[in-house]
Amino acid sequence: MTTPSLETRDLTIRFGGHVAVNRVSAAFRPGELTAIVGPNGAGKTTYFNLISGQLAASSGQVLKDGTDLTGMAPSTRARHGIGRAFQLTNLFPALSVLENIRLAVQARAGEGWRILRPVGRFGHLTEAAERFLEATRLTHLAHQPAAALPHGDQRKLEVALLMAMEPDIYMFDEPTAGMSLDHAPDVLDLIATIKTDPAKTVLLVEHKMDVIRALADRIIVLHNGELLADGPPAEIMDSQVVRDVYLGTATEETA
Amino acid sequence: MAKQDTTGARAVKIAVFLIAALLLFAPFLFQDVRALEVAARICIFIVLVASYDLLIGYTGIVSFAHTMFFGFGSYGAAIALKQMGPGWDAVALGALAGAAVSLVVAVAIGLVSLRVKAIFFAMITLAAASVALVLASQLSHLTGGEDGITYRAPDLFKPATKLLTDADGKVVEWFGVKLNGKIAAYYFVFTSALILFAVMFRLTVSPLGTVLVAIRENEARAEAIGYRVVAYRTFVFCASALVASLAGSVYAVWLKYTGPDTALSFAIMIDILLMVVIGGMGTMWGAVVGAVLMVMAQYYLRDLMGAASEALAGVPLLPDLLNPDRWLFWLGIIFILLVYFFPKGIVGTIMQKGART
Repeated sequence: MTTPSLETRDLTIRFGGHVAVNRVSAAFRPGELTAIVGPNGAGKTTYFNLISGQLAASSGQVLKDGTDLTGMAPSTRARHGIGRAFQLTNLFPALSVLENIRLAVQARAGEGWRILRPVGRFGHLTEAAERFLEATRLTHLAHQPAAALPHGDQRKLEVALLMAMEPDIYMFDEPTAGMSLDHAPDVLDLIATIKTDPAKTVLLVEHKMDVIRALADRIIVLHNGELLADGPPAEIMDSQVVRDVYLGTATEETA
Repeated sequence: MAKQDTTGARAVKIAVFLIAALLLFAPFLFQDVRALEVAARICIFIVLVASYDLLIGYTGIVSFAHTMFFGFGSYGAAIALKQMGPGWDAVALGALAGAAVSLVVAVAIGLVSLRVKAIFFAMITLAAASVALVLASQLSHLTGGEDGITYRAPDLFKPATKLLTDADGKVVEWFGVKLNGKIAAYYFVFTSALILFAVMFRLTVSPLGTVLVAIRENEARAEAIGYRVVAYRTFVFCASALVASLAGSVYAVWLKYTGPDTALSFAIMIDILLMVVIGGMGTMWGAVVGAVLMVMAQYYLRDLMGAASEALAGVPLLPDLLNPDRWLFWLGIIFILLVYFFPKGIVGTIMQKGART
């Protein structure tokens, strides 16, 4: 088995007395897509925030290829190859779709500090941004402000921003939430394409079981901030404990 | 693949071009002392407002310390000219010293406090500006206290200096304007302002400029895609402080007087805020329009009202209402109307008109 690209060790965060993520240890490998499931409030998004750095862990560690990222700012983690798409659409609203993407390309290229030439002359940035627009089928909207897009296209732009970062670790937080049926396949195809690259690690928070069945190599179940189960999809989906959690019959003892 | 300009944007650019042309030929077009004073003040305030717009309009940083940096530059040049006598070495040294102090203070404020919430940052800048104001009045042996300092500018800018002489050794006139030191001084102000403005404009259209706007639009996402927000904020805070400081030095050379009222007072800070709001935030052109309108109003609204008041002498009530003493009242009303009808500032609102997609 390949060595893990991303690992969390006893990752914990407390908000006052409430432990939102409690000693979660898991390792993720390149070429593997892990679905993270659990009922609302299980700590899935909080777990993501701890990995990508929006929240600082109370204890435990986040490691990327053996480097400890725990104390680092989100921007530093991004430069270490952690990419993240958000559950609630999180764009640059007044900027055009193309400008949104170009910002991510530019960050990846490390050209944010260039001040001597107008951005229009960085043709390679714009060209790269246009490639990502094409891949996400947003080309026809390139000059629309992000705020003017319908919800489904904003979700696609959210995914496109993550793609444009070209990270090693792709973290999707309910990428198809609120998307119409004709838009969702676009995004799922993209995720499937990323998955075929053996160098990329994908983490996917998702509720839709058919999506998980189609894409996941592995499932981990979070419940009340704790890691409840970890294994191949078939095994997890059939297990009693997962059914209990999703049907709401789990008691505090199992948590 | 550039976006098409809206018709509004084109109108704004034409207006700004006209303003630039008027300022370029100001000494020949408006041949009185007061008009030249106004033109020079407009040049300086365009730079000052544009540099403030880098903070508030482009990056979304609210600072009340902008006049402080302007003051560092002014006092730097003023003190050097006073102590060393009029000379270019004094101007250069004073401007450099002012810029150095501005940079050090900006880095200190930036690193210590750009991590905190916007409101706390604004408070910290307010405190720093108050300290600077108190220091300027306390260190009176250097700064002249409340009275400020008068000094002489380099000889080139003396009204008696002849830039061009004819065969008889008399100063040459162009279009009825004597080419004397006053003209040289004005073009020193104009050229400095033009260069500083051009540098800032270049900054806003660079990749870095796009990052600043990204931070304004969504700070958390800018950080998440890999931009170190604190570093960019500190950089733009320093850059804008540096420009304000240099503008202050240039203005000090022009005025040949520096005191709290011309360089440090909160009244200037409020003027800058009004200009940026009137012109429109997040666009360099807004700074130009805002500064022109506001400085013109400050200088000419009173005259205009005096004339109107006299013209309406026979009519009841109106002459009283238009009494020149009430010019601030009318300025306030104009400001409220502008904000009401141009919520994004004059330039910001006009540029959206006739939008093409």
